[in-house]
Amino acid sequence: MADYTLTELMAVTAAREIKDGEVVFAGTGLPMLGAMLAQRAHAPNCIIVFEAGTVASQLAHLPMSVGDPRVMRGAATAAGLSEVFTYVLQAGRVDVGFLSGAQIDRFGNINSTSIGADPRHPKVRFPGSGGSCDIACLAKRTIIIALHEKRRFPETVDYVTSPGWLTGGDSRRQAGLIRGGPTAIVTTKGVMRFRPDTKETYLANYHPGLTAQAVADDTGFLLAIAGATETPVPTPDELRILREIVDPERVFLK
Amino acid sequence: MDKLIELTEAAALVPDAATVSFGGFTTQRHPMAFIYELVRLKRRDLYLFGHSPGGDWDILIGAGCVKRVELAYEADEAFNTIGPRWRLAVQRGEIEWEDYSNFAMVSRFAAGAMGIPFMPIRSLLGSDVLARQALTQEQRAADARTSPKKLHVMNSPFDPDDCVVLVPAIHTDFAVIHVQKASADGIVRIEGQTFADVQQALCADTVIVTAEEIVPEEILRREPERNPIPYFAVKHVCHAPFGAHPYAVFNYYDYDPRQLKVYHDNAENDDAFRQYLDRFVYGVKNHAQYLEAVGGKTRLDTLTADAAFGYRPDLKRRRLD
Repeated sequence: MADYTLTELMAVTAAREIKDGEVVFAGTGLPMLGAMLAQRAHAPNCIIVFEAGTVASQLAHLPMSVGDPRVMRGAATAAGLSEVFTYVLQAGRVDVGFLSGAQIDRFGNINSTSIGADPRHPKVRFPGSGGSCDIACLAKRTIIIALHEKRRFPETVDYVTSPGWLTGGDSRRQAGLIRGGPTAIVTTKGVMRFRPDTKETYLANYHPGLTAQAVADDTGFLLAIAGATETPVPTPDELRILREIVDPERVFLK
Repeated sequence: MDKLIELTEAAALVPDAATVSFGGFTTQRHPMAFIYELVRLKRRDLYLFGHSPGGDWDILIGAGCVKRVELAYEADEAFNTIGPRWRLAVQRGEIEWEDYSNFAMVSRFAAGAMGIPFMPIRSLLGSDVLARQALTQEQRAADARTSPKKLHVMNSPFDPDDCVVLVPAIHTDFAVIHVQKASADGIVRIEGQTFADVQQALCADTVIVTAEEIVPEEILRREPERNPIPYFAVKHVCHAPFGAHPYAVFNYYDYDPRQLKVYHDNAENDDAFRQYLDRFVYGVKNHAQYLEAVGGKTRLDTLTADAAFGYRPDLKRRRLD
């Protein structure tokens, strides 16, 4: 019996994608857990940026919004969206951004707008892009966090809210995007990464208790699994930081 | 010049079908006291522009006040990852909208504020936010206030290999922002993140500021670098303590998780939503009565910011029962 939960495993896996000293554009939920954990574990010098206007927060309490008063704690700079998007994100100063969505395809394109063939008459409407499209376009790399269900990983998404590798190869650059692209998808079942040439996903890790084949069976597109290994488990220290310092209130931890 | 007027007076200035933007961001600093007045006044056909509104728009949409919106996002973030009335209005075909991203929308406000027709940005390329539009050409043509074109892709005139997206400027009839402090003559002090309040204010014909505190102008003039809006751009100032409830105002009070839960528990269902409006909006005469209806001083005292943090570190946000 594992001594950690799935949410904890995902938060730790996401945190490990952040390197020390990097500028991190963090969204609400799991990315905040990951960024706060990274800052207190292996990446003490990472800089957390929130799109609503703060740079280099030293979070003491988990925010529930990127505009939460909690993101002001220890911040080095406070301004607004225009300043952060223009001078920090668009100017190329963000190393890693986090994204999530309702549907993700094999090239890491994300839909967080609506379900249904015609977005003017959707079956289900979601909030919309927010800053996701901007982060997807302009961060040096992005990490996607997702619930792993077959319907959430279809062959093609109904609406490309946030561009990943588009149709693979060099299509992203052809579209005019000058940098970026997803490097990992951390899901409830494993971790997918992207082939350097074709930009197609492959399974890099499957979570403990699962098999690579079981993960592929729960994926709507054909997922290459050769060479996949088990996801490294959280260390006791990471779990302690997550539970006692990052989210003792269990806002996002389950 | 004294620009102070009553909140009810200020809200009454906004006519049906006006174009409006509201300050704040998802669960922070929305001019809720003003918005509740608009709901009570039963305003119709409002045309809203925003980046990431939350329950401020959701309640207006649910109460039938809104005809068309241009936005990037509408939800109370971690309190509910979708605005329930926004979702229902779209799915039922009861609202007209256009999707942008946050960067695109704040760049559009900035262009309007600068008096230029558009802003180039490097975002949106490759996305359906760029490739598709929710408003038809007929819908665009039918309202001169909607840009005839959603956006435009062009190569730089200085480097033909460099591609940007032009997003059209926004001009609104009204901008309403809720801030920490203002003087009677319209000097505005925003504490903490400014969101896009400054750009939104400066692209509007009429700027209405609601403030937690009205302070003497000489206090604000001591630190002019912290007052981001030229005061002559502000038309009216209203004193509105707890004017953003149930949303947070940095240095003043936190969001109210209990009231947000009541809203979201009710907003998914038409009858329950109607009862929410009856109890908290139509059934009260003004913001003071609203604050009583949500629990009065006892409740508000639990939200008051700790001065060392600017929020309430001990606030219980989950498992409230």
